[in-house]
Amino acid sequence: MSVQTMQPGARETAAGGPRQRYFYPYADNGGTVVAIAGDDFVVVASDTRLSSGYSIYTRDQKKTFQLSERTILGSTGCWCDVLTMTKVLRARMQMYRHEHNKAMSTGAVAQLLSTMLYHKRFFPYYVSNVLAGLDENGKGIVYHYDPVGHHDPGKCYTGGSGGALIQPLLDNQINYKNQENVTPEPLTVKKTVSIIKDVFTSACERDIYTGDAVAIQVITKDGITEELFPLRRD
Amino acid sequence: MSAATALAPQPSTTGFSFDNCQRNAALESSGMAVPKAVKTGTTICGIVFKDGVILGADTRATDGSTVASLNCQKIHYLAPNMYCCGAGTAADTEQTTKLISSNLELHSLNTGRQAPLSTALKMLAQMLFKYQGHISAALVLGGVDRLGPHIYSVHPHGSVDRLPYVTMGSGSLAAMAVFESRYRPNMELEEGKKLVRDAIAAGIFNDLGSGTNVDLCVITKDGAQMLRPYDVANVKGARQERYRFKRGTTAVLKTRLRKFDVQEEEVVSMDTSEASGSA
Repeated sequence: MSVQTMQPGARETAAGGPRQRYFYPYADNGGTVVAIAGDDFVVVASDTRLSSGYSIYTRDQKKTFQLSERTILGSTGCWCDVLTMTKVLRARMQMYRHEHNKAMSTGAVAQLLSTMLYHKRFFPYYVSNVLAGLDENGKGIVYHYDPVGHHDPGKCYTGGSGGALIQPLLDNQINYKNQENVTPEPLTVKKTVSIIKDVFTSACERDIYTGDAVAIQVITKDGITEELFPLRRD
Repeated sequence: MSAATALAPQPSTTGFSFDNCQRNAALESSGMAVPKAVKTGTTICGIVFKDGVILGADTRATDGSTVASLNCQKIHYLAPNMYCCGAGTAADTEQTTKLISSNLELHSLNTGRQAPLSTALKMLAQMLFKYQGHISAALVLGGVDRLGPHIYSVHPHGSVDRLPYVTMGSGSLAAMAVFESRYRPNMELEEGKKLVRDAIAAGIFNDLGSGTNVDLCVITKDGAQMLRPYDVANVKGARQERYRFKRGTTAVLKTRLRKFDVQEEEVVSMDTSEASGSA
């Protein structure tokens, strides 16, 4: 995702002739989001740094949004699009609640988000989404989205500027990729939270947009708990 | 060498080739997206204090939004009494300072005396101007010579400024904010070191292009002292889990044992020069 320039860009011909100016509507505010699903829980984490270019806007903005008792959405990318998209999504969920007299299940939210994003196919929300929650049977599920709504269910997904740094490590540790002769062990909340802390520690070493702190939220049938883990601030 | 023809012109052996400039201008005007220059991000600075100069730099090298090096050295040696901080394209700052350092040593041997800072300054500025800004090196030159302590800033197009305190790089605004607030002439050593450290720290924490540690270089008439690192401002967080792979995680498909016949050879050196012993 390209970084927005400070001023509206101008294409100048080398000869210094007539210039065409344009307004670039997107900004990249950075940030990384990770979600990992277990048999009866889901862990969602995001860093808390919001930035633009080489500057930091704030060190204290987590990128996860609690949509219901058992669903959390992690969104990074263009922050203005994140705010509007989550606002509209929450409104749509409320409309569903009033019409069907029940809260939206995680799978229903997943489909709704996909439709919402595709409706803006020709002026997209510039957002990396990772939706996580418990399905109707209480099992953890994670969905990963592209900016125009394609989504895939899975066990663990990452999004945002540091996502590419973290995903391969999770593929290896959670999905046992490129490992032979291993017996898969069921994932526990404690081990998952430890892995999350380690991957964020590593990601913020090499990605300038990731850092400050990571907000880790755990969804179980008993509710949602939260932890703030400090990271490098440089 | 084959003869050059209009269809296959001989490439230039020296300097930059500007053959593509006309083509690039034509492509640009027809709508091609111009590739963006990569800014490498840095905070460097220098001050004059009571007994000499202090240079400071961060240690992060970036490649776009990725950190290429966590602990690279940005304070380069020019002469025993002169050091130079470099911001911009890392290769440019490294090679430029190496070249001028080499030429300074030859100059010093040729003249039989220590070169003043203005010599290094002229060499740097004239080279950068010659390349019209294509060498992206923004430098903070500092040192002590027979005329006293000096700090200079050199911009990529070849302009120079002599000042009591300077900052360069993407974190220069953060560092300069600290200097403008707290700099005083004729500071003591410890106060000066703290000021430079705080200026670089401002860049490290507020500029995303700068990070990790603070390096300092203190130069007085008695010589130069490199303090690397002066302040370890950022440490990697401790690992929570252990990631050891058991034997067999990479499966062994085939094992083949081959015996080699090893011949031991002992080499005894003999002094066969004319000067040794009797013929």
